[in-house]
Amino acid sequence: MIKVANLVKRFGDATVLDGIDLEIDRGEIIVVIGPSGTGKSTLLRCLNFLERPDAGRLTLGDLDVDVTRASRADILAARRRTAFVFQNYALFANKTALENIAEGLIVVNRWPKARAHARAREILERIGLADKADAYPASLSGGQQQRVGIGRAMAAQAEVILFDEPTSSLDPEWVEEVLALMKQLAAERQTMLVVTHEMGFARDVADRVIFMEGGRIVEQGPPSRLFNAPEDPRTRDFLRKVLAAAPSS
Amino acid sequence: MSVLDFDYMLGLVPILLSYLPLTLGMAMAGMVLALALACGLAVIRVLRIPGLNGITLLFISFFRGTPLLVQLFLFYYGLPQVLSFLTQINGITATIMGLTLHFSAYMAESIRAAIVGVDRSQTEAALSIGMTNAQLMRRIVLPQATRVAVPTLMNYFIDMIKATSLAFTLGVTELMGATQKEAAGSFLYFEAFITVAVIYWGIVELLAWCQRRLEWRLNEAYRR
Repeated sequence: MIKVANLVKRFGDATVLDGIDLEIDRGEIIVVIGPSGTGKSTLLRCLNFLERPDAGRLTLGDLDVDVTRASRADILAARRRTAFVFQNYALFANKTALENIAEGLIVVNRWPKARAHARAREILERIGLADKADAYPASLSGGQQQRVGIGRAMAAQAEVILFDEPTSSLDPEWVEEVLALMKQLAAERQTMLVVTHEMGFARDVADRVIFMEGGRIVEQGPPSRLFNAPEDPRTRDFLRKVLAAAPSS
Repeated sequence: MSVLDFDYMLGLVPILLSYLPLTLGMAMAGMVLALALACGLAVIRVLRIPGLNGITLLFISFFRGTPLLVQLFLFYYGLPQVLSFLTQINGITATIMGLTLHFSAYMAESIRAAIVGVDRSQTEAALSIGMTNAQLMRRIVLPQATRVAVPTLMNYFIDMIKATSLAFTLGVTELMGATQKEAAGSFLYFEAFITVAVIYWGIVELLAWCQRRLEWRLNEAYRR
């Protein structure tokens, strides 16, 4: 289980996260929506310590830290318990698809290379890229790169996979295959925290949708309730805008 | 104008080539030392280590801002007058020292640029899966920085080979010094210097070929 208590992050004078409280159950799929610049990505980045939070308490499985006192070891431990999928894939350009997935197992988990490669091949199979094992990122399409990015996160066997707008950099033709893979993971009850503008995905897949604005959680609930009967006027306003822009699904 | 004395030139080739080991030896020693120093300087610049960063900037500014010949004269003729333990310094040592310091200043900046040029998001990705800074450097950043830096570093090596000819001004009989002596004996200056020019040219072309092979290999991951 994951628990975030009173998480605060400031950039200079701007308070980007203003006391976030959040609990995520094992196997829960949560989608975070909200206007740009409201701290959604920062929330994910703080959970992974890519940003150092200014206050708060973080519980990730058996790890429980006051973020202001987190040691180097705590930070590495937190990162091992959270896997990250980046908007721009961020694959290691000098490594093949197989090596990208196996890298963490070899370097961080200290698995023997053969075992790590065997696991990476299983994952490539699951993400439908078994034939691309030896391809370098430069020769893969955006959709394939992001699937490898997700594969790399799967390999980490973290408590949760954090998806930071995983389809926002993709050409429209590749969005569907990435969402399909995410749906497949959701069906396997992989714990996921997803920041996305794909409202269709939120509606169909999420157990819970969180609406964030101004560094706070404004409203949350099951998608059926949040999309059909939003309580807060800010949620209503946001949904009206995005659903008008993308009336499909 | 007389016709070129080809027999003299052909006879000169083996004599001059016997000085090639010294020329290449100085260049290689200079390259290895300069590379090591440049890596250290580059890391100081990338990490902006307080104190050392300023000294590094001053070092780079001085050794890029003054001619190599001035630096060589400074080490060989100048420093022994103020630092008595350097009185024993010979021309070869002074040349290697000069090449090292001079070229490390240039190379440090290309290495720094290559490190900084590695996509920042890959650094975050490596950190996100729990790699330490050292693991991230060794496995992700440096291999990619090497690919970017190699062409420029090879160019500096080529430059350095040619710059060893300045050792002749410190009384070292290397390729250039030997040519000068031969020419002074035969008075066939044009033949002598065109011969040495072709020898330098040949070495550089050979290296350029090696460089292309190396780059082809390093680019393996980036071909579509």
